[in-house]
Amino acid sequence: MSYRTSLLLGCALATAAPLALADNGRLIATGGASNIEGNAGGGITPWAVITGYSEQGEWGATAFATHINLPDYNLDVAGMAVAYGNRVELSYAHQRFDISSLQHKLSLPDDNLSQDVFGVKVRLFGDVIYGDLPQVSLGIEYKHQNDFLIPSLVGAQRDADVEGYLTASRLFMGAAFGYNVLVNGGVRYSRANETGLLGFGGDRRDTRSLLKEGSVAVLFNPRWALGVEYREKPDNLSFAGESDWADVFVGYFPNKHLSFVLAYARLGEIATLDNQNGTYLSVQGNF
Amino acid sequence: MKRLSICLTLALLVGCAQQPAKDDSLYQDLGQRAGIQRIVEGMLLNIAKDERIVERFRKVNIVRLRDKLVEQFCVEAGGPCRYTGDSMAESHKGQNLTPSDFNALVEDLIDAMDAEKIPVPVQNRLIARLAPMRGEVIGK
Repeated sequence: MSYRTSLLLGCALATAAPLALADNGRLIATGGASNIEGNAGGGITPWAVITGYSEQGEWGATAFATHINLPDYNLDVAGMAVAYGNRVELSYAHQRFDISSLQHKLSLPDDNLSQDVFGVKVRLFGDVIYGDLPQVSLGIEYKHQNDFLIPSLVGAQRDADVEGYLTASRLFMGAAFGYNVLVNGGVRYSRANETGLLGFGGDRRDTRSLLKEGSVAVLFNPRWALGVEYREKPDNLSFAGESDWADVFVGYFPNKHLSFVLAYARLGEIATLDNQNGTYLSVQGNF
Repeated sequence: MKRLSICLTLALLVGCAQQPAKDDSLYQDLGQRAGIQRIVEGMLLNIAKDERIVERFRKVNIVRLRDKLVEQFCVEAGGPCRYTGDSMAESHKGQNLTPSDFNALVEDLIDAMDAEKIPVPVQNRLIARLAPMRGEVIGK
């Protein structure tokens, strides 16, 4: 074993050991899944919940992988997040957007666009289940687009940006024929084109927009959820329209260490190619 | 006109004197007192195996706790019972229970109701009745 490999392995073990001791004081599914930007949420929207199952004085950590299969594109995302005390969450996600079909069509210089998303989310007040107030959280994301040549050619103004979102989540007990309903709603202040994969700001509009996003899910029991999501998106680039996103998802939380989300995502027009609707699959591990 | 107003007054008086019909459907759906007792006993057995919180019950008289919990669940479910135990704040005083302790108990309760094949909507109704007590239980 080379020195480097053993060093890496050592670091991995050193970080994994304390995480394995993390308590899981919260109820199952209350950490949500990991959305495509790495923070706790559904698939395409954030929830106000903090990732993992940490309660007061506890640590939590999650890692996830997501694949979205669209007619002309694929999006692969992997990332991780740590949380403390059901209060604060730090997240990282790497997105790789495969555009090889567009590359052949237009002789583009790259076959993929990638982006890194660093996020912090803080629970301001409330709780998703207990007490009088819904859980309300504020999130800030720093996004960096790594292959800026194509975005710059179509009018994007910058390859990195900061955006924020404010979101509220609440479980309404027995609200749907006796089954619990989770409602999430929030606003985002962003100028990201296709969430940042096509850079930030554009020739048509270079200021941030206030964008609505939300989701509703019915829990058939604590482990199975069926829901819908919606995410409004800006339209900053004149070369192509940008659609709002929506999906229908099934979430499965077999235990507090593993969860799956399967969805049908309607992503509409992306970079001149319309009807980009397809399947979304995400797996999350909680440590 | 006068007769009508007398009739109305009478109707109102009778209406006030009668107790509003008590909704005991949750009590029935939980299997009445016997069903509630099976749920409570199942929960206590789960707690006994739950290393997260079993220590919290080390000094508790379990038989009395069972009886008081059955009474309390029965009252909360709209059943014909009277709760004779201490207030929630009183009975948890000095224990400094954490939100995690509370959730662990909720999980043990849900497992007990699952074992009794209580339908999820019925489980949700009982939990919704008990969840508001959390503020009087934790951090005391």
